[in-house]
Amino acid sequence: MARVAGRRARALPRIGAETARGWGFLLPGVLWTIAFFVLPLAIMVLYSFWQRVGSVLVTDFTTANYERFFAQTALTKALTNSLEVTAITVVVSVLLAYPLAYILAYHVPRRWQRIALVLAILPFWTSYLVRSYSWLLVLAEGGIVNSALLGLGLIDEPIPMAHNRGATILGFVHFFTMLLTLTIFANLVQIPRNYRLAAADLGASRLKVFLRVTLPLSLPGVAVGAFLTFVIAIGDFITPQILGGNKELLMPQAIMLQIGRRGDFPMATAMGLILMLVVTAVFLACARWLKMERV
Amino acid sequence: MRRLTFDTLRVLPVGAYVTLCYGFIFLPVAVLVLFSFQDGTLPVPPFKGVSLQWYERVFESRRVMDALWNSISVAVLSSAVATALGFLAAYGLARHRLPGSGAMQWLMMAPISVSYLIIGMGLLITYNEVGVPKSLLGLGIGHVVINLPITFGILYSQMGAHQANIERAARDLGAAEWQVLLLVSVPMLWPALIAGFCLSFTLSWDEFIIAFFVTRFDVTLPVEIWSMLRTGLNPMTNAAGTLVFFISMLLVVIVELSLLRRRRRNA
Repeated sequence: MARVAGRRARALPRIGAETARGWGFLLPGVLWTIAFFVLPLAIMVLYSFWQRVGSVLVTDFTTANYERFFAQTALTKALTNSLEVTAITVVVSVLLAYPLAYILAYHVPRRWQRIALVLAILPFWTSYLVRSYSWLLVLAEGGIVNSALLGLGLIDEPIPMAHNRGATILGFVHFFTMLLTLTIFANLVQIPRNYRLAAADLGASRLKVFLRVTLPLSLPGVAVGAFLTFVIAIGDFITPQILGGNKELLMPQAIMLQIGRRGDFPMATAMGLILMLVVTAVFLACARWLKMERV
Repeated sequence: MRRLTFDTLRVLPVGAYVTLCYGFIFLPVAVLVLFSFQDGTLPVPPFKGVSLQWYERVFESRRVMDALWNSISVAVLSSAVATALGFLAAYGLARHRLPGSGAMQWLMMAPISVSYLIIGMGLLITYNEVGVPKSLLGLGIGHVVINLPITFGILYSQMGAHQANIERAARDLGAAEWQVLLLVSVPMLWPALIAGFCLSFTLSWDEFIIAFFVTRFDVTLPVEIWSMLRTGLNPMTNAAGTLVFFISMLLVVIVELSLLRRRRRNA
């Protein structure tokens, strides 16, 4: 017994039994992820190379779904719509969230900071579905904005504000401004105060301190938030469906149409995988750009 | 005097900006909550007076109450499983030198970068292929998949060297591995465990698209609210939405308090 304890104290034997035990802890989570995440993705890839003919699933290898996607302008339009809407969402959300996070990080007294931040992202925690619906109450023909404008006599007829691209973007911007405020704030408060003080001492103006010190150092927070925004927004079905309506389809809506109306799973999986590849490409581009910025 | 004008000039736009932002952020929620008390059939102006009738309707609705119960069950169970698996995996990776641990870490975190839409579609097809019927169990499995990276990520980041030393001390004093885990590691990581559980709970609680894909007769609250939306604007939806909002708030408060306590202890 004493010998065993002595051997442990030296903390050398990290092979064999030790490794096996480590794997034992790791295994349940890894197996779960493989069985219910990796395997379904693999089956999806397989499906995307099958084809639905009439109402029969033909399991011969074919690239027909992918060819059809790029041949039909209605489908490629859904992808470009998604990319445009998401890009606008990311830019507008960053522009709104950055000043807010900056003020919260540097202009709010420390003891109020936490509560101010929690308040700023409180509706972030409401149901995603309900949040989109509540924007409908604001934008509808009889909604808050139209009622206010009519009441003030600024307009005679209610302006249709819901069920278009602008409404989708507004719903997205609302949600992601909160998310970005959180990630940018977290980054700003980590920048040592001394850096800014040193720059100011060396004669940099406020603007220069911001442009040369604070902004570059906060870019990782912006990048993380922007990427999360991009991933969540481009895959979201709820906001465009509730606020945007059916006039202009985004990619998730087009995918859901393949499933709901046509039961065409091979096509839907092909489109899902195309969307995934686009997201991956954007991620790699972002990562590369960030690395270049740092050099 | 000059100092004062300078400060006002600087503070005024800042204050205005913050007010506008908070207004923008809270506008839809305020409208939602206000018109859940509407004494009329439309949740839009004019506000006709305070009434609790829509809350009564929500609580009387068998479908909503069943969905509420389903949502809570799925969220509690899937979060518990995700927290347990995430904890064990983080422990395995943080405390043992394993070959290929980088790849394993990457694998555990991978689901976070894939849309729920795609995860849901994959599960639906897989269940179809294997012959598993649409059910809440299948949904719970999916929610563990999306929450595992989160609980794992939180716990892995919180497992520091000082805890490893305490665990080693316990082992040297003769504790068996399971005793170290349950009597030493778990109590030390309690705040992170609670935070991971609650975050998982809110994500599962709010998740729509996977639930929409893999459930049919027994549905969760987001799916039920989705079918309520088909009837158009309705104060009952506001009332249900307000209830969902306050349940989520409750969890946020719990997480905040548990993190706050940890910070105090560390300070």
